[in-house]
Amino acid sequence: MPVALWRSPAVAGPAALVERNLVIYRHTWYLLLAEVFEPVLYLVSMGLGIGALVGHVPGLGDPSVGYVDFVAPALLATAAMNGAMNETTFNIYGKLRMLRTYDSILATPLTVRDVALGEVAWALLRGTAVTVVFGAAVAAFGLVHSLWALLILPGALLVAFAFAAAGLAVVTYIRSWQDFQLVQLVMLPMFLFATTFYPLGVYPRPVQIGVECLPLYQSIELIRQPSLGVVDAGVGWAALYLLLLGCASLALALRRLERMLLP
Amino acid sequence: MADVLIEARGLRKVHAPRGAAAPTEAVAGIDFRVTAGEAFGFLGPNGAGKSTTMRMVAAVSPPSSGRLEILGMDPATHGPQIRARLGSVPQDDTLDTELTVRENLLVYGRYFGLPRAVIRERAARLLEFARLADKADEQVEALSGGMRRRLTIARSLVNDPEILLLDEPTTGLDPQARHLLWERLFRLKQQGVTLLLTTHYMDEAEQLCDRIVVMDHGRIVAEGSPRGLIEAHCTREVLELRFPPDRQQQAAEKIADTAKGVDARVEVLPDRLLVYADDGEDALTAVHRTGVEPLTALVRRAGLEDVFLTLTGRTLVD
Repeated sequence: MPVALWRSPAVAGPAALVERNLVIYRHTWYLLLAEVFEPVLYLVSMGLGIGALVGHVPGLGDPSVGYVDFVAPALLATAAMNGAMNETTFNIYGKLRMLRTYDSILATPLTVRDVALGEVAWALLRGTAVTVVFGAAVAAFGLVHSLWALLILPGALLVAFAFAAAGLAVVTYIRSWQDFQLVQLVMLPMFLFATTFYPLGVYPRPVQIGVECLPLYQSIELIRQPSLGVVDAGVGWAALYLLLLGCASLALALRRLERMLLP
Repeated sequence: MADVLIEARGLRKVHAPRGAAAPTEAVAGIDFRVTAGEAFGFLGPNGAGKSTTMRMVAAVSPPSSGRLEILGMDPATHGPQIRARLGSVPQDDTLDTELTVRENLLVYGRYFGLPRAVIRERAARLLEFARLADKADEQVEALSGGMRRRLTIARSLVNDPEILLLDEPTTGLDPQARHLLWERLFRLKQQGVTLLLTTHYMDEAEQLCDRIVVMDHGRIVAEGSPRGLIEAHCTREVLELRFPPDRQQQAAEKIADTAKGVDARVEVLPDRLLVYADDGEDALTAVHRTGVEPLTALVRRAGLEDVFLTLTGRTLVD
């Protein structure tokens, strides 16, 4: 049965695209290390450096939670986000506008849907790979506390899916490389303020509501709770939020790509 | 009667630009049919609607209206099934520049769902066919224009297509590369592959095509074999005369007067005069009798370029 599923056109189409990217990645696998390097740098500088000043995070209840324990899962969520979204924004923009990769692919039995699903699946794989390597680094720091940590990987997959799909929707609106500045204008503040480095409690309530709406905040909740071993209903809401974001983005991206690629 | 592989009836394509700009009709309702084993050409200048037609036949661009049937199927509902049996060589090389020459074939074959072993065997054969075997492991960027074109054609053959679509296959290539490509395409034709190609080179159409439609402003203005078109729309021979620019107008008027008497027709182009006559040498003698002294005079056989000029009053390449 699994073989039959793999051969079915619904899976084989996107799989062929993933295979293409894998062939290229054989030459450029080291880029993955560069992507892991960034969160590791943050972990060392913020977690260990500032962590030494902060001690434990006030307002979290459990005084045994050190600052580095608090920051690591947020960095992991961010790594999954960036890994996936870099792929579907920068890389796909190049293939869409510069290399015109999809023009020749769509002359084959593959459809726009195959291309979109294939690219999202690939971004998901990449986001997951970054997460796993970074997760191993986090574990090496001794930052894994309970069995709840098993939820981190599926959580990271969901984060990667949501941002891969969102990136694919965003890239259809981008007209030039300059437009990526606008993307950065959203992504950087979100990274700084979505409770990556301090808990939600520091904000007044109206600001808290705004922050809770951010996809990165929900992603961090999804990873931080099981990572700290304190899990409540917020994890379920975060998962639902990201799933909906991913599906809605994918639907929008498909509609727009269809019009772009098959004029 | 041979199988009809492609049939178009009233095929139209309207491009609707963003904003308030008026929509443009790239293909304005055309009819044609292509039968198995044929080499069928669309001849016309840039902007005639050839490439748009090709994209519709390639099942990558939905028609705005009209009927289109490829291999007995409707591209609107059976796009993937149709594309599985086509080979497509677009106007601009769309090779995957992130892959090597061989990888381009291997990866492309996977898009058709072919097993890896089958693709590997075909890739080796196609690299020979395209005379690229010694370049197999190079990056695409290292290839010359002619090599890229041959690789694009090799890639389009990886699924053993029944129909090969070639959009301006030799535009931008040097003469040697063009002849090599023509020879390879001729081989494919002999193997029974149906060829559909667009060109604005009349020599290419004459070399490769059994049947041609001449397109202009999105419409088909004539149809037939290269020879048949020339016979139907042209004289057998053409006399080309060149004059110094300041004397051309005056010479044209004199020759036009004479031409009326001998049943010839004169076309005035910016750089030369063309006299259409069944006997070019006779026409030249007549020109000399008027006392006009051209810088150069050349008698040649009429070609498709002349057909196009006669039909539209314009030259193909300008």
